[in-house]
Amino acid sequence: MLDLRVLEPCSLQSSLAACADSQVLGTAPPTFKLPAVADLDGFQKAAVQMVKPAKGTTTLAFVFKHGVIVAADSRASMGNYISSQTVKKILEINRYLLGTMAGGAADCQFWQRNLGTRCRLHELANKRRISVAGASKLLANTLYSYRGMGLSMGTMIAGWDESGPGLYYVDSEGGRVEGKRFSVGSGSTYAYGVLDTGFRFDMTVDEAVELARRAIYHATFRDGASGGVASVYYVGPQGFKKMSGDDVGELHYKYYPVPEATVEAEMEDVTTS
Amino acid sequence: MSMVFAPCLTETTAPTTHAQPAWSPYDNNGGTCVAIAGEDYCVIAADTRMSTGFSILIRNYSKIHQITEKSVLASSGFQADIRALQKNLDARHQIYQHQHNKQMSCPAMAQLLSNTLYYKRFFPYYAFNVLGGLDNEGRGCVYSYDAVGSYERSGYSSQGTGMQLIMPVLDNQLKSASPLVLPLQKSTTPLSEFEAVDLVKDTFASAAERDIYTGDAVEIVIINREGVRRELMDLKRD
Repeated sequence: MLDLRVLEPCSLQSSLAACADSQVLGTAPPTFKLPAVADLDGFQKAAVQMVKPAKGTTTLAFVFKHGVIVAADSRASMGNYISSQTVKKILEINRYLLGTMAGGAADCQFWQRNLGTRCRLHELANKRRISVAGASKLLANTLYSYRGMGLSMGTMIAGWDESGPGLYYVDSEGGRVEGKRFSVGSGSTYAYGVLDTGFRFDMTVDEAVELARRAIYHATFRDGASGGVASVYYVGPQGFKKMSGDDVGELHYKYYPVPEATVEAEMEDVTTS
Repeated sequence: MSMVFAPCLTETTAPTTHAQPAWSPYDNNGGTCVAIAGEDYCVIAADTRMSTGFSILIRNYSKIHQITEKSVLASSGFQADIRALQKNLDARHQIYQHQHNKQMSCPAMAQLLSNTLYYKRFFPYYAFNVLGGLDNEGRGCVYSYDAVGSYERSGYSSQGTGMQLIMPVLDNQLKSASPLVLPLQKSTTPLSEFEAVDLVKDTFASAAERDIYTGDAVEIVIINREGVRRELMDLKRD
């Protein structure tokens, strides 16, 4: 279980090249041990049900005139239990690339961090930043090789590269689709309703941020597995910027304020002498 | 190194209903862990009961393990997997110390633990972990994990069989503005170290009332800039 190759003396240049050079550099995919069981699928199903890895979410992203907007809620649920209301579901891969988290939290965190590493290595090897298409392809190819093993990820890779704004949807089935508007997660249908209704390509940045925030709010309102804080990021030519983070409970009263009820004048207490 | 865990079922007849496996590599030894991060301290606590099924195996088993000078790991779940995980982390920390001539910081250990858990993604450690300690600025930090390595830094956390009893009480007392809200607000609790330890004792006493797997005693570890100290408080043994 313990990888002692890190102890190998670095002075042996050839030995470094021979023994898992790519492992040390981080370009080879990590190796995973599998349980020696006849029915792997059954084991995975039972293991997943037992450990209940955190999932449940609403995320969305869309391309508009000035760039890309990415938004998400922040709730993680383990079965019926809300394990966290403060999960970061928009992961900063690098200054120009954002990834979203939907499905298994550990899967998304691990593989998007791995993607960040590989993007950096690409920059070092090619002396230029990786494109959104390239980054999403790296992730999709990795996930394809684990297809059928029970990974659960529905992630969007959004960013700005030399050809302008880019948005791809990548999932754990190995699928990768380019698009202009996506919403992923248990609350995605609710978000689509609001997003599709209010979308105009030539919105201003502030209008786009408000649309995304509203869409996430409505999804958290109706979907039990979504909630917490609605975060909205904007990716433009200068890179990403977090535009807002609002508690959805407070957003509710901001969008639907409770009108003040008229109160009857109360009778003063009469003092008895 | 691979061992056969389940008997190989060769399907000679048409498959009928799914048979219950004769043996499972996992067991749940129960227990609850809690951690609270303060301005310059961190409190990590866990009960000391180890159970299997409806039986109590040990009344004074420590679920808390100090990995580095500044990080302490508390884990509930399957103690054999947890023991293996602790040894794995200790070994990796020793290697780090040899290579870098210093101890690992708590945030670094948090990332290492996440990766260690994820490397067993297809045969998970049945361990629900809470890592507590002091970060590089001396502020308390608490990281909580699911079984396959997803993790998050927060101001407080609880894991284990009594988690659902204790967490609402901690939310009630300690919940502050979410770190995702803009503009950013602090997430460490304003409680003093003494108040935090008191709160932990109260929550465990309550959890022991209603959770069969929590009881016997609660071991509390407090890390602050002076170092590490331990307290032990008895709980109901029923």
